[in-house]
Amino acid sequence: MFKKVLSLVLALVMVSALAVSFTSCGKKAVADMTGAPLAAVELKKDFDVPADFKIGIICLHDEASTYDLNFINGVEKIKTVLGLTNDQVIYKKNIPESAACTEAADDLVDLGCKIVFANSFGHESFLLASAKKHPEVQFCHATGTKAHTENVANFHNAFASIYEGRFLAGVAAGLKLNEMIADGKITAEEAKIGYVGAFTYAEVISGYTSFFLGAKSVCPSVTMEVQFTGSWYDEIKEKEAATALINNKCVLISQHADSMGAPTVCEEKGVPNVSYNGSTEEACPATFIVSSRIDWAPYYLYIIKQVCSGAEIDTDWTGTVATGSVVLTGINKTAAAEGTFEKIQEIAAKLKNGEIEVFDTDTFTVGGNKIADDHKADVDDFGDYVADTDVVENGAFEESKFRSAPYFDLRIDGIKLLNEKF
Amino acid sequence: MKENAKKFELPFHVVKRSTIPVWKSMLFRVIAVVAALLLCSILSLLMIDANPFKFIVTMFDGAFGSSRRIWKFAKDACVLLCIALAITPAFKMRFWNIGAEGQTLIGALAAVAVVIHGKGLPNWLLLVLMFLAAILVGAVWGGIPAVFKAIWGTNETLFTLMMNYVATGLVSYYLLLWTPSGSSVLGRLDQGHLPILGHEYLLLILLVLLLTAAVYVYQKYTKQGYEISVVGESENTANYIGINVKKVIIRTMLISGAICGFAGFLIVGALDHSVAVTSVGGMGFTAIMVSWLAKFNPLIMIGTSAFITFLDQGAAQVTSTFNVDSAFPDMVVGIVLFFIIGCEFFIHYQLKFKTREEAAIPAPIKSEKSESEGGNA
Repeated sequence: MFKKVLSLVLALVMVSALAVSFTSCGKKAVADMTGAPLAAVELKKDFDVPADFKIGIICLHDEASTYDLNFINGVEKIKTVLGLTNDQVIYKKNIPESAACTEAADDLVDLGCKIVFANSFGHESFLLASAKKHPEVQFCHATGTKAHTENVANFHNAFASIYEGRFLAGVAAGLKLNEMIADGKITAEEAKIGYVGAFTYAEVISGYTSFFLGAKSVCPSVTMEVQFTGSWYDEIKEKEAATALINNKCVLISQHADSMGAPTVCEEKGVPNVSYNGSTEEACPATFIVSSRIDWAPYYLYIIKQVCSGAEIDTDWTGTVATGSVVLTGINKTAAAEGTFEKIQEIAAKLKNGEIEVFDTDTFTVGGNKIADDHKADVDDFGDYVADTDVVENGAFEESKFRSAPYFDLRIDGIKLLNEKF
Repeated sequence: MKENAKKFELPFHVVKRSTIPVWKSMLFRVIAVVAALLLCSILSLLMIDANPFKFIVTMFDGAFGSSRRIWKFAKDACVLLCIALAITPAFKMRFWNIGAEGQTLIGALAAVAVVIHGKGLPNWLLLVLMFLAAILVGAVWGGIPAVFKAIWGTNETLFTLMMNYVATGLVSYYLLLWTPSGSSVLGRLDQGHLPILGHEYLLLILLVLLLTAAVYVYQKYTKQGYEISVVGESENTANYIGINVKKVIIRTMLISGAICGFAGFLIVGALDHSVAVTSVGGMGFTAIMVSWLAKFNPLIMIGTSAFITFLDQGAAQVTSTFNVDSAFPDMVVGIVLFFIIGCEFFIHYQLKFKTREEAAIPAPIKSEKSESEGGNA
């Protein structure tokens, strides 16, 4: 009898504990999303896809990585638009940046793929090895740098002018800082952003610099600290980096590394977060502000169209806001400052008509000096790491113009790299 | 049911088998694999809505579906076999070398360093230098924990494990040094490629098979091989019959590390022509499984490494064909390995079921005894 009573009591306690935890969940912040601030570009099927057409997609990781998920979502979108079957789209996930990439590409060719696409920077030389073996198949590589100098006719690079998206996301961050200053939560001098980056190289540097310049365009007193993880996907390191930055009095965090590490820490600590590669609103409803990302669907549509109609694919393709490649997610009104949506639209219009340039040389200095008009960057990748191309035109550093992948790698004033060697 | 549970008693005894014919033990293993695949098929039906038959076919398709896949399968199995050969003498000596990952990686790093600093040298010379550098550095990486173990009795498991992290750290460091752009992506190097013998992978496969024979002979027919097994059985016996245990430990680990370094050399010279922190990709740990399942017999290891490679490639194909999360194939591999290890229990022990009369007698003392026997087993 006693046991029965005891078990009954225990059961009651557990049920009520559950109920309490559910109600506390109920009190949790709910994301309140706006629509996307940039006008969507409609993707249309205006050509015929032969029944035997196949495309192979090589991914470094799988859906658990925000980076790879973004590519996979793009593929799925195009699959729907073009009505491709499961047999026509073949994925190879978790392919490391080694001979395994060449093998995966060769296998995709054997399976009858007309296009082989790989998504990671380190895949490039291994994909190239496969491209040289199979001249009849088109090989497309995202984020790579070698296509415009290698002269392999069936090998192509692609990227997008994502620095524009980063700049706009930076505006959202700057407005949030302004709101914190206006509310008296921080002083203007305390407006410090923390940034978790993967490696100290152009793709990351260009990303955080354009983000910072966007924030600075609305919040002039902003500074930034960057902590590198030395890995593209390391959830623990990314969490540690975000935690260290928050402890270092960074009041807003953004990141360019591929796990959910940094956004998760932000949600736990209630620190606003500007994301990359896609929305984190579900996991971080209270702190997610906005995310910029590259939508790869327009590129997939483009390459499939070219191949199906027997046309050439650009050696080096740069997606833009106009092609629908550079996009922003909706803005989370729960976390963002008021008026963010309107302000982003206003700045986006100015970027479009050229009134604002992201890397306007008047807006940043390096070592206290404005950069020279004949500044050179390493655009042609011969493995020599020599700056070879004039990149400043009309008073702005022209990113993604001379090749699609980023080459802006200046360490500008106002951004402190906490661990340069990564 | 409740009443039964109170007087719960195992309906069988666990008894150690004295001997078991080889055919019987092999039959047990085959049954285990079939049972595991059956369970996996059912799971595939429930979880990813895939026809079990198609699931099994896909597994085979992944490893043997085209001539290219067969070559890749043979090559991957051989690389894994090479690392397993490296750790086998150490394991036979009961030196738990779980540092093969790092020893291989550091060998690969050394080979790449030779290519990078040896620009302009003729290819054959480059290859000789890469080979020497890789096995030397691999041997050092294996030798350090062995010296500490032999002289100061440090724990080799932790030591070799930690050396893996040091190796990974060094690779990260050198990648940063070698890529001034900061990308840490070295890419494929143009020099230091092993010559192609008929097929891209043929030379590698032949080299590893030769090495397999060499390790087999070394373990079975040489004095050093005998010393290793004596030290493994009992250090006291080894001391008593005049074997210098310290020397054997250090020598064996130098060999173990050198073979790992050789595997690193093969990865650089014949496959990746590059190095990254993921170059070995966990094979240093999988190799332990290969070696252990084969009871440290190099010839049987050809089979076990082929089997594990088959599981890996079959599982990867399942992800691709059914477009499912890669966690699913990982689970499949886990289930199969679990069954195989589990069947070892039935090879070494036997379940003797009680007769009806025995089971009917409620004897609490007896039941305790039988349970404790089960626990010991």
